[in-house]
Amino acid sequence: MAAVHKAPVIFFARNNGYAISTPADEQFKGDGIASRGVGYGIKTIRVDGSDALAVYAATKKAREIAATQGEPVLIESIAYRLGAHSTSDDPSGYRSKDEEANYKACPIERFRKWLVKQNWLDDAEDIKAKETIRDDILAALKRAEVIDKPALEELISDVYDTPIPSLQRQYDELKTHIKAHPDAYPTTAGRIK
Amino acid sequence: MAKMNMLHAINSALEITMNEHPQACIFGEDVGYFGGVFRATSGLQEKYGKHRVFNTPLTEQGILGFANGLAAFGAPALAEIQFADYIFPAFDQIVNESAKFRYRSGNEFNVGNLTIRTPYGGGIAGGLYHSQSPEAYFAHTPGLKIVVPRNPYQAKGLLRACIKDDNPVLFFEPKRLYRASTGEVPEEDYSIELGKAEVVQEGTDVTLLAWGAQMEIVEAAAKQASEQGISCEVIDLRSILPWDVETIAKSVTKTGRLIVSHEAPITNGFGAEIAATIAQECFLHLESPILRVCGLDTPYPLALEKEYVPDALKVMAAIKQSVNF
Repeated sequence: MAAVHKAPVIFFARNNGYAISTPADEQFKGDGIASRGVGYGIKTIRVDGSDALAVYAATKKAREIAATQGEPVLIESIAYRLGAHSTSDDPSGYRSKDEEANYKACPIERFRKWLVKQNWLDDAEDIKAKETIRDDILAALKRAEVIDKPALEELISDVYDTPIPSLQRQYDELKTHIKAHPDAYPTTAGRIK
Repeated sequence: MAKMNMLHAINSALEITMNEHPQACIFGEDVGYFGGVFRATSGLQEKYGKHRVFNTPLTEQGILGFANGLAAFGAPALAEIQFADYIFPAFDQIVNESAKFRYRSGNEFNVGNLTIRTPYGGGIAGGLYHSQSPEAYFAHTPGLKIVVPRNPYQAKGLLRACIKDDNPVLFFEPKRLYRASTGEVPEEDYSIELGKAEVVQEGTDVTLLAWGAQMEIVEAAAKQASEQGISCEVIDLRSILPWDVETIAKSVTKTGRLIVSHEAPITNGFGAEIAATIAQECFLHLESPILRVCGLDTPYPLALEKEYVPDALKVMAAIKQSVNF
């Protein structure tokens, strides 16, 4: 669609080598995502996804092509999924520590080293920044933890622009039910309007 | 007999099938070496090899397209869709191909060997894309069968029946019960007939009907009701399509009252079909309107899951409403 109709859009495909447990070679045949772009007639850039500066340069170029030539661009950013797929995933069930050790190219660490080399960052500053950021995040988490869960009316908001009559009726029934059994729904019962 | 959870029971049904039919294949996202995100296919790739138990690319449409082809050529095709919420890219393959294969070829071809397993339902704080109960979408599609087990014993027997049935079957697995539900399960092969509901508790005042994980909820409500002197007849529908009108009608003829409960949104949920049919079949025996205790017509919520779900308290309120009508 984008290629045929010359949509100025950037498709950024992060190829991190895994879909949960499934490695890329069981995911697609051939050489990564980039060749798909070529097949669709889309200008394609492949970039080292663990190199922040390279990704920036590729994206800048892609934007220039999309904006000035009015056509889509595909970027395939080759990386490695350093962590687990999610908090409920444990990669030790399907890949080895050796394999993980082969990919130490953490993009953040790499960029940090570059900043240090430019003399734009020293270790003391870096450590201080990390501490400050960690403190900020922990403070934000603490603040968030004591905020009430959404009020009951938010259960039906944003399904439509305004709740349709049947949903409003269901909500009214639920409200009556919760008011009759406030102890069973402690997070919302006390705040029902 | 052995003590199994639902995952063990499903794994056992799959293993029996793999031994029984050398062409049977299990495939889906991460089902290979990893054994699936819930480990339902654990150990099967080691046992039967990569050519029979394998990962697929992330394409549900592709999984079902492949499955239809395999099934049409006579091999038991055991496709897994990682979450029922992910089944919609395969909707076209299931609705337009699997379900109509026999009909449009005048039974020259069919995909009766196809069984689609997929975990459904909430209760795991999974949010809107890991909690849905989409059975009603498929119940609107002639040519499919739909089955939902409530415990490990049912899961093994029903899954084996789905695999042996000569029609494409969707087997919705209640993910909340995968490990939570345990029980005695025969290690040997057995099947539970499709299309038959099971009366799990006899009663006289009101019929409670549910399936899958919701059975636990209505059974809890029935227990609360009995403490208040109300006798509930509890029925597990087990098969959504075809569904056992006879058993439900017989029960409602006796009790005069029916409450259907499912987690899916109420509007056009399968409870609606049951209510319409039973209203017709049992009109003169009904003592009160048929009630439905279901999810609201919203996406499955994350933060307000407790308020959203049709819990035992809501079922209990409906029981009172029904008997006091």
